[in-house]
Amino acid sequence: MGNNVLVFAEQRDGILKKVAYEMLTAGAKLAADLGGSVEAVLVGSGLDGLPDMLAQYGATKVYVADDPALGLYSSEAYTDTLAALAGQVEPAVLLVGATAMGRDLAPRLAACLGVGLASDCTALEIDGGQLLATRPIFAGKALAQIKLNSNPQMATVRPNVLAVQEPDPGASATVEPIGAVTAQMRARVVEIAGAGEGEIDVAEADIIVSGGRGVGGPDGFEPIRHLAKTLGAAVGASRAAVDAGWIEHAHQVGQTGKTVTPNLYIACGISGAIQHLAGMKTSKVIVAVNKDPEAPIFKLANYGIVGDLFQVVPAMEEEFKKVLAE
Amino acid sequence: MNSIVCLKEVPDTEARIEVRDGKVVEEGIQYVVNPYDEFALEEALKWQEQNGGKVTLVSLGPERARESILKGLAMGADEVYHLSAEAFQNGDSYATAKALAAAISKLGEYDAIFCGRQAVDDDNAAVGIMLAEILDLPHVSVVSRLEIDIDAKSAKARRDIEGGQEVVELPLPAVITAQKGLNEPRYPSFRGIRQARQKPFVQWGLEDVGLAADEVGAAGSKLEIVAVLPPPERPAGRIIEGEPDEAARKVVHLLRDEAKVI
Ligand SMILES: Cc1cc2nc3c(=O)[nH]c(=O)nc-3n(C[C@H](O)[C@H](O)[C@H](O)COP(=O)(O)OP(=O)(O)OC[C@H]3O[C@@H](n4cnc5c(N)ncnc54)[C@H](O)[C@@H]3O)c2cc1C
Ligand SMILES: Nc1ncnc2c1ncn2[C@@H]1O[C@H](COP(=O)(O)O)[C@@H](O)[C@H]1O
Repeated sequence: MGNNVLVFAEQRDGILKKVAYEMLTAGAKLAADLGGSVEAVLVGSGLDGLPDMLAQYGATKVYVADDPALGLYSSEAYTDTLAALAGQVEPAVLLVGATAMGRDLAPRLAACLGVGLASDCTALEIDGGQLLATRPIFAGKALAQIKLNSNPQMATVRPNVLAVQEPDPGASATVEPIGAVTAQMRARVVEIAGAGEGEIDVAEADIIVSGGRGVGGPDGFEPIRHLAKTLGAAVGASRAAVDAGWIEHAHQVGQTGKTVTPNLYIACGISGAIQHLAGMKTSKVIVAVNKDPEAPIFKLANYGIVGDLFQVVPAMEEEFKKVLAE
Repeated sequence: MNSIVCLKEVPDTEARIEVRDGKVVEEGIQYVVNPYDEFALEEALKWQEQNGGKVTLVSLGPERARESILKGLAMGADEVYHLSAEAFQNGDSYATAKALAAAISKLGEYDAIFCGRQAVDDDNAAVGIMLAEILDLPHVSVVSRLEIDIDAKSAKARRDIEGGQEVVELPLPAVITAQKGLNEPRYPSFRGIRQARQKPFVQWGLEDVGLAADEVGAAGSKLEIVAVLPPPERPAGRIIEGEPDEAARKVVHLLRDEAKVI
């Protein structure tokens, strides 16, 4: 076993996920503590230029599996390609982003390698020469600290939580092409649907404006959408709003929706049920707008406004416009 | 069409989780069927209604889980294999997947294994996918729409990804993990509840699945929980006083000048 940290640098359509940079930044520190270096692996098709980006965020070496057959994500081919690489380079730690792709890939890869997996981690450190991973359990009602007694020590990392270092434009990395293992691709992605409509996904957003039952109906999301547009934010929703059919499930935040960690979460007409809080309470700053001063969401909100959202939200939007124009 | 459904018992999502001495306090917790596993079971039942065949539940968990599992039978599943032996318990995702895979291998022909997207206690979202790799089956996870062509032994699924969905085609048998939105789980009928206790409920130990004690449960785990901690406290909330428009303006300025998030 080596001392290196290997980061799976996820890309779709040639665009790297931000969590790749977050993992490289964290990985560099872990690698320093292990006496090794941080390396990255790219899997896909048409990946020119991406190794340079990864180098700027600390990767000393980038393995590249560039093959037309890997253009769309394949659970089996990505697993087999990465398993072959891991067998060859024997990293001490293997990190994957806890994205839709990473959460699909990592368990399959872990089982293929016969190793343990710490899922959706929010902190990583080296303790006694071993990875110590922290991850929320019970929808964030508790945190578990975990060690892995198999190699590589594998973890998926929750996006938007770990800090990113400033890129170093002068940095470079060794690039090493590796073979794609595509012998078995039974499950095949044939199409990506619904993408490219310009909507930001709540799971990836820096700012989220969310609406709950308090918006009163599908049209009640209009002021929420307007504010979101002004802020370049994603639109979130409570389950009550989703179950009422006012907005699609993709927007739902919470225990049976998405877990989000934006810098700013604005909850409008949401009471703050435990299952909703589970999905958003690690947001850096929370603003709540609710006409009931007793709503539980106010216990969690950094800033609370007691009032009618149909008055407050447009007033906020107007003020944001002024402030952003300054 | 024969389906296997992996069903786990978990604490009710309303449950208060208290951490004491580095452990979760178990007293007072109410247990339920993992909500995502209800979507998984509903989907299996739906395809059974169309294509016939059998729906078999497999659950790894303590003796206590019997009541939750009965709900699965009351919803309409035909039989249960419960890995209730002590040796199976407290495993990580890998050890759990290994035990479930060994059990499923003993069950004869099946077309699909349905799991939940994730169990809402450990939130790993891993067991179903690991199961697929161990059994050498294809999988598709986080599925919000599914079509099965039982004659062609194939399926077409939509799975949620950031900002859209992947459309995935795969041959059966396969592992499918269910996302909310896939269907509306039924409530057990009175008749279903009455019949549940008459259905085959098989408890299995190590010998039945053919694994050794050190391959499963805590002993077979590749992951060790060093400590369980309460989550960090958030500072107490602050209400911004004033008329709604005035409070709105104040908050915008606080977000810029104090919180520095815009
Ligand atoms: C297994 C399970 C899983 C669940 N998963 C989730 C989940 O993932 N996400 C989730 O959100 N919920 C989830 N829930 C549901 C959760 O328990 C709550 O029912 C839900 O979050 C309530 O949504 P809400 O706050 O929008 O509605 P309500 O609780 O009805 O609150 C509406 C709020 O709007 C306020 N309001 C009304 N009108 C106005 C106005 N004009 N201006 C300002 N405020 C106004 C009211 O004062 C009230 O506080 C789950 C439940 C279960 C059992
Ligand atoms: N102990 C278990 N018994 C039966 N099924 C399980 C068990 N643990 C996990 N599963 C299945 O795997 C899914 C994902 O669980 P997890 O990886 O624990 O989040 C669950 O929704 C279940 O369908």
